[in-house]
Amino acid sequence: MFEIFGIPSQALFGQLLIGLINGSFYALLSLGLAVIFGMLNIINFTHGAQYMLGAFCAFLLLQLTGLGYWPALVIAPIIVGLFGIVMERTMLQWLYKLDHLYGLLLTFGIALILEGVFRNYYGSSGLPYQLPESLTGGHNLGFMFLPNYRAWVIFFSLVVCLSTWFVIEKTRLGAYLRAATENPTLVRAFGINVPRMITLTYGFGAGLAALAGVMAAPIYNVSPQMGSDLIIVVFAVVVIGGMGSIMGAIVTGFALGVIEGLTKVFFPEASNTVIFVIMAIVLLIRPAGLFGRTA
Amino acid sequence: MKKSILGLAAVAALFGGVAAYGQAGTQTVKIAVMNDMSGLYADLGGPGSVAAAKMAVADFAKINPNLKVEIVSGDHQNKPDVGSSLANQWYDADGVDMIIDVPNSGVALAVSQVANQKNKVFIVSGAAASDLTGPKCNANTIHWTYDTWMLANGTGSALVKSGGDTWFFLTSDYAFGHALERDTAAAVEKAGGKVLGKVRHPLNTSDFSSFLLQAQSSKAKVIGLANAGGDTINSIKQAAEFGIVKGGQKLAGLLVFASDVKALGLETAQGLVLTETWYWDANDANRAWTKRWQEAMPGKIPTMAHAGVYAGVLHYLKAVSALKQSKDGKAVVDEMKKLPTDDPLFGKGSVRVDGRTLHDAYLFEVKSPAESKYPGDFYKLRATIPAADAFRPLKDGGCPLVSG
Repeated sequence: MFEIFGIPSQALFGQLLIGLINGSFYALLSLGLAVIFGMLNIINFTHGAQYMLGAFCAFLLLQLTGLGYWPALVIAPIIVGLFGIVMERTMLQWLYKLDHLYGLLLTFGIALILEGVFRNYYGSSGLPYQLPESLTGGHNLGFMFLPNYRAWVIFFSLVVCLSTWFVIEKTRLGAYLRAATENPTLVRAFGINVPRMITLTYGFGAGLAALAGVMAAPIYNVSPQMGSDLIIVVFAVVVIGGMGSIMGAIVTGFALGVIEGLTKVFFPEASNTVIFVIMAIVLLIRPAGLFGRTA
Repeated sequence: MKKSILGLAAVAALFGGVAAYGQAGTQTVKIAVMNDMSGLYADLGGPGSVAAAKMAVADFAKINPNLKVEIVSGDHQNKPDVGSSLANQWYDADGVDMIIDVPNSGVALAVSQVANQKNKVFIVSGAAASDLTGPKCNANTIHWTYDTWMLANGTGSALVKSGGDTWFFLTSDYAFGHALERDTAAAVEKAGGKVLGKVRHPLNTSDFSSFLLQAQSSKAKVIGLANAGGDTINSIKQAAEFGIVKGGQKLAGLLVFASDVKALGLETAQGLVLTETWYWDANDANRAWTKRWQEAMPGKIPTMAHAGVYAGVLHYLKAVSALKQSKDGKAVVDEMKKLPTDDPLFGKGSVRVDGRTLHDAYLFEVKSPAESKYPGDFYKLRATIPAADAFRPLKDGGCPLVSG
């Protein structure tokens, strides 16, 4: 058994793995943000609230209809995605031509309203949500105890992230989407319904946030402010990765999870700050972010 | 990270008193409830504390209708700078005589200083740091409901006695967490236990797995959670997931409110040992009070912080009406220390010279889902700690007000 900076390597491997697990939440959330920013040019501050909505949907489905974790994993993103579509159709679509700031203010305001409404009805201390039966327990990996649920989180978010990346970067549909953001008029001329595509993209981004919310429900406290605690970090992740870069968001999400995890071992007091320190450094050296294209 | 950057929450001025009759004898008092109205501590204080303060005012009006009492409230967003500037504004510009509640010890310590500078009254209900009646005590502050020493002494000693003699702390990295960790470590060592290590996490952390892994590898028998609210909930939830309790380590929730137990669900929280000074279902008087309180806060379970606000306001109003003035804060606090405390929720007690209110404390254990008969049926009583033993002995606090 060797030691690294006085920490047994065993403990360190455990922390690396935990960092990856947390990173998968960052990746999943920043992915949605990156998709929305990349395609719609909207800085979606409602993302945290949509994540919270996903978790609450899971809770309410269980309470009202008795549907457990697995159905919720499908239904909650659809419900929140539909909510996103309504939001885009009724409000966001009028803002594309304006400065980013308007979209930011609108989505931030909606996030505050959603949080306030849920706090009013459900309080701030949170709601219980149990682990699904089939994923309780865990395995001893020798260097740490890995709960089955965490293993599932890391596997599932990798699948979701990579398939999203594949669809947007490698398929015809993705090509239409990217073309539509570059030059909507020209794409329209080819007979493609650009506004509908944009609407669906926003719905998809919101659905991704809700998916992360459902996945968080059994292990994090389900409370109205759960999203706002996370959203700032996720924004930092997107900025570091490069606004709008899909792969950037995924890779940085996982990487920052690991860095944060290590900080929790060596200097736990700074674990909330370290991501922003990295963000400042990255912005100084590469203003467009690690994977961003300079405009 | 708080979202309420929309400035201070609207300060709703509500008239809680009854119209005074008898022109000459009327006296006006203004009370401000300050706490976390929208963040992680909003359920243990928040609007519920305002409701409790209004109940106290209504009840006092039955004894003395000549006192006109006004209640305002505000959100400190868990930021000491927001809290102290709000306190300054209330005391200076708005004619507030007394501020009550203020969970989050960081903010409470700041407001306590402001109250002292302006010679006003400050009654702490939601905050825990025992420093408020220790080295940082002053002649204008009273600490009502509970404190870190009492929590440490209740839960810490009880667990060491039942065999949990090695400890590891997960500590919230601010005044409250530090005080709770220090006081618990002292209680553990006094009872013959040993502290093996600690890790300090930032306030409002969502993932504790990293910290829990460190606690797990310390091999300590007890993991002491020196945190509160959402942080405690997340720690307990994830400790269950990582098989920490199954692995033989015991969790000690050093500050767990009834609202936290509700959020965890009994399935996860069962068996947790905790110390509180008030429980809604402990006796008929508490149940009757809770029923009234729930008219304003439907579906919620009141915490000891809410009860403390009610009792604190009642005792304050008694002192003010005895003195017939509310402007000289120190004189009011002196009167509050002179009068014995007596209210339906905490029973008979007293306020000590260092500002500490003395009343009984209770060691509870959280029931299993099978034992719980109705919503809110959370605890079974393990022990009652008499007022004389529940709080830190006067001489150990290091409060400058205590001479000799």
